Parts: sequence; structure tokens; C-alpha cells
Amino acid sequence: MVATLERPETQLASDTGATPAAMVEHVSKVFINRPLLRRAQVKEVRAVDDVSLTVKQGEIFGILGANGSGKSTLIRMLSTLLIPDSGRVEVFGFDVLKQEAQVKRLINRVSVEASFFKKLSPAENLAYALRLYGRSGPAVREETLAVLERLGVAREKVGEPLEQLSRGMQQKVAIARALLTSPVLLLDEPTTGLDPRSKLDVQQFVHELRDGHDATILLCTHDMSEAATLCDRVAILEMGRLVALDTVDGLKRRFGAEMGSLDPTLEEIFIHLTGRSLDDDEGDTA
Amino acid sequence: MSQLPRTLPGAGFWWETRASLAFVERNLYLVKRYWHLELAFLIFNVASAMSVLYIGEAQMQASGGSAAREGQLDLVLFLGIGTVVWAYLRAVFANVGEMVAWERWEGTIEYTMMAPISRLAHMLGVSLFSIIYGLARSALLLGVLSLFFSVDLSKANVAGAGIVLLAGSISFLGFGIMAAVLPLLFPERGEEMTFVISSILLLVSGVYYPISVLPDWMEPLATISPATYVLEGMRAALLEGAPTSALGPSLVPTLILGGLALPIGVAIFSWGERYAKRTGRLKRSG
Repeated sequence: MVATLERPETQLASDTGATPAAMVEHVSKVFINRPLLRRAQVKEVRAVDDVSLTVKQGEIFGILGANGSGKSTLIRMLSTLLIPDSGRVEVFGFDVLKQEAQVKRLINRVSVEASFFKKLSPAENLAYALRLYGRSGPAVREETLAVLERLGVAREKVGEPLEQLSRGMQQKVAIARALLTSPVLLLDEPTTGLDPRSKLDVQQFVHELRDGHDATILLCTHDMSEAATLCDRVAILEMGRLVALDTVDGLKRRFGAEMGSLDPTLEEIFIHLTGRSLDDDEGDTA
Repeated sequence: MSQLPRTLPGAGFWWETRASLAFVERNLYLVKRYWHLELAFLIFNVASAMSVLYIGEAQMQASGGSAAREGQLDLVLFLGIGTVVWAYLRAVFANVGEMVAWERWEGTIEYTMMAPISRLAHMLGVSLFSIIYGLARSALLLGVLSLFFSVDLSKANVAGAGIVLLAGSISFLGFGIMAAVLPLLFPERGEEMTFVISSILLLVSGVYYPISVLPDWMEPLATISPATYVLEGMRAALLEGAPTSALGPSLVPTLILGGLALPIGVAIFSWGERYAKRTGRLKRSG
């Protein structure tokens, strides 16, 4: 049986014209670390600094940045998990602060580590998620099983604890869970730490989603070839500031000349713009 | 504004109530998966309760054996009620108090906090499960204890005792919600702080002894502990067979404290969640 990953009641309008899937306007966020001792220095980290960008409906939008560049902070503000100090963040025209409930119904996030109850089975985790998003009943249960089967989780395995699945499979279940419930997916380094085979699997799955579904995907990634292959447009963040935003071809045209290269790679453009590579970019939390 | 059709799910009372059942279902799955831990806790509870009850038995034998019990306090029953009622109230408090800590431990805190369900519905789901779980655990405990100790409940007003117990649950849900905010504000040590609250309640509420034995300075604490009134009411109903109409002196303060504790708990949690979102503490790990 071939399952389809259908949307819940929330559906995109057929006309995807005016309203962007996500809009970030002059957003800033500063983290202040106040030590207990008064004499010790107060530390301020400007994680996101006056960033503005727009993500179109149905687009795969990549966010690239080195460790501490502010990618995760940006994703967390879109996820309603973090309140911006200034600026405006909207999802399908809904303000993340004033219309938090509506925003929550439209977004879902997949982070480096799949957020699951690891002792529960894939089916139990999905049942919990679907119930939270207002979906329950025998039809949904059947749909869940079909989706898991389509992901390669055999029916006899759906009752086993999720911790017994490979990390790649866990990430695919996480992405499927997100798509079953929301039209905007925030993928925060979903392939980081995966073995090459699992990484390829997850990338192919994201590709499939782009081709076969109407999902809008924001993808934070360390992998330049992943970004170049999957993303319609990419934004490059450096020290919390947006330093470039365009299609990969657009970036090549724009910066190729000043780099003295006709066909620079995305990695070369990144190094040109930020002065550093992404190699040591593990464990980004800013 | 948005091109979305106005078919966003949710926001209704019934929708939220149905979605809140996700927490009941999920926690029941978790109990099933962690059955070995549940069994270990049950054995611990039974052994602790039996040790306390044997102290009572020994005390009664020392004061002249069963013949001397006529007209005297049945110490075993007094302690038995204290033990079982405290097991219930503690279970309600702990389950609600671990609302955040447990999710942090599992790594699902961000996923749950960005789910499209109001915090009140979230709390309702967790509270419902806590009451079901507390009742089941206490019933099991009572069942095992009744195999070892013969208690005379022929005069008991069981219905009245049940009303007092359910009224007492409201306060403990409120205290649990207040405690749940601690791991949100103090990711490293918040969970331990919740133990302090339950320990103090245990100390001052007359679980194993009348509050009259407490030092003068501690007695005011007993008067603001809802467990004091729940235990008084339960003992009056079960030991003395007091009719429900005579349980007012216990029921009224229990309901007043519940009426205060629940909204204060919700308000504190809302404030804590907002603070955590402003300062970036709403993370899966510390």
C-alpha cells in the first residue's frame, strides 16, 4: 500500500500569491548572561541582529551559517519558542507573538535530535502528535501505519520502541510527523550526525516532499551540497547578520566575478562572505 | 492578510479538551513501557507503608494489645489512612510537578511547548492523568496493605472520604503546577526543588502524627497545607464514620485552598513560560 502524506484540515490556498509562508522583519535577539556576583561582567550575545527575510509558500529555503551565527535562534523565534527583542515575525500572515495559537497550528520543527519519547513506538509517538494537533480516530491510525510502512517501518516493527530504529529512520519519522500535522516545516540541521547512508535517505525524503507535496521547508544545514541540491534560495548568516540571500545560481553570478571564478561552489561563496568554513560547526545553539 | 482559508482547526473548548487527552494517552503508554519502574516504585511504596504500619502495630501491642484498643485511637488505621492518602496526593503532585522535567529528560520539551494546544488544555490533560494514576496507585497500595492488616471500616463513610479526597486533589494540582515551573526557570536544579515542596507538605500536614505534636512555629504551616484538611476529613469519615454533612470543617478550607492554589499555579506557570521564552531557557537540555 502506498501512503500519501496528506495535510490536516489546514490547507494552503490554491492561490499562493501574496502571503509569504514566513516573514521575518528587522528581527533582533540579544541573550544576556547575568552572573550572580555583581562584580563579574554581564555578558551579552547578539544572536540575531536586524535580520529580514521572506519565505515563499512551497519553497525550500536554506539557512546557512557557522557556529553561533544565529540560525537556530531564528528558527526558535519562528517556532514560538523564543520571543524576539524587536522586529516582527509572521507565519502565513499570523504574528508569532499576538497570534501564537494560529502560528502553532501551521508550523512544526525537526531538530538535530529527533524529539521523541524514545521508549514509545513510532505508532505511539505519532498517535500522541496527531492527537495534539486535533487528529484522532481509526482513519488517522490507519493513515499513520500506512505512512510508517511507506517510510520502511514494517508493520511488525511499529510497536517496538523508537530507540531501536536507526537515527536516520528516526529523523524520517520526525519529518513525516511534522508533515502530517503542519504545512510549514522547520528543519534544524536534520542530517547532522547521520551516517552517509541515512543522510542520503533523509535528503531524498525531503526531496520527495518538495516534489510531491505542497510543503514549505526552512532548512538549516551544514552541508553545502545539501543546500545547493535541495534549496530554492539560501540565506547566509554571519554573527547574527544576514550577509546574503539569493538562489544558489544568483549567488554564483553575484559573487563569482568578485571572487575571480566563473562557477564558484556554495562553500567557496560562504567562505568568501564569512571568512570561515563550516567544518567546525557542530553543536550550534545560538 | 493571509491567503489561507479560515479552516484552521482548534481554538474551541471541545477541540482543546479532546486534544488534552493526548497527554492522558501518552502517559498511559509511558506507564506501560516503563512497567518495571512502576513495579519498583510500587514495591518501595508498599514496603515503606508496611514499615510505618508495623510501627503502629508494635505501639498498640506495647500499650496492652487488642483488648486495650476499645475506645482508643486505632493507630494502625490512623497511619494507614495517612499513608494511602499521602501516596495519592504525592502522586498527583509529582505527576503534575514533573510536567516539564519529564519532557526535558525525554528531549521533547520544545516539541510539546510548540504544539497547538493551550497551556490550560495541556495542564488539564496532565492533571487528568495524574488523578487516574494516583487513584490506581493508591488502590493497589490499599489492596496490598489490606492483605497484611485487618482494619475495621464498617462505620466508615466511604463516599464522604472520596469527596474530601477529590476536593484535596484541586489544591495538589495547583501546587504541582507551581512546582512544574521550577525546571523551566532552573533547568539544572529545578526538579530537585520540587522535592523540597512535597517534603515540607509531608512534614507539616499530619500524615503520620497529629499536627498538635509540631513545634508552635510549624503549626501555622500546617494550617495553610491542604493535606492537613484532607487528612482530617478522611480520618473523620473513615475512622469515626462522620456523615458528609459534618465534613464541612475539612471540606471548606480544602476547597478554599484549592480555589486559590489552582489559579495561582496557572498564573505562575504562564509567567514562567513567558520568562523562559524571553531568556532562551525553553530548551530541550539545560
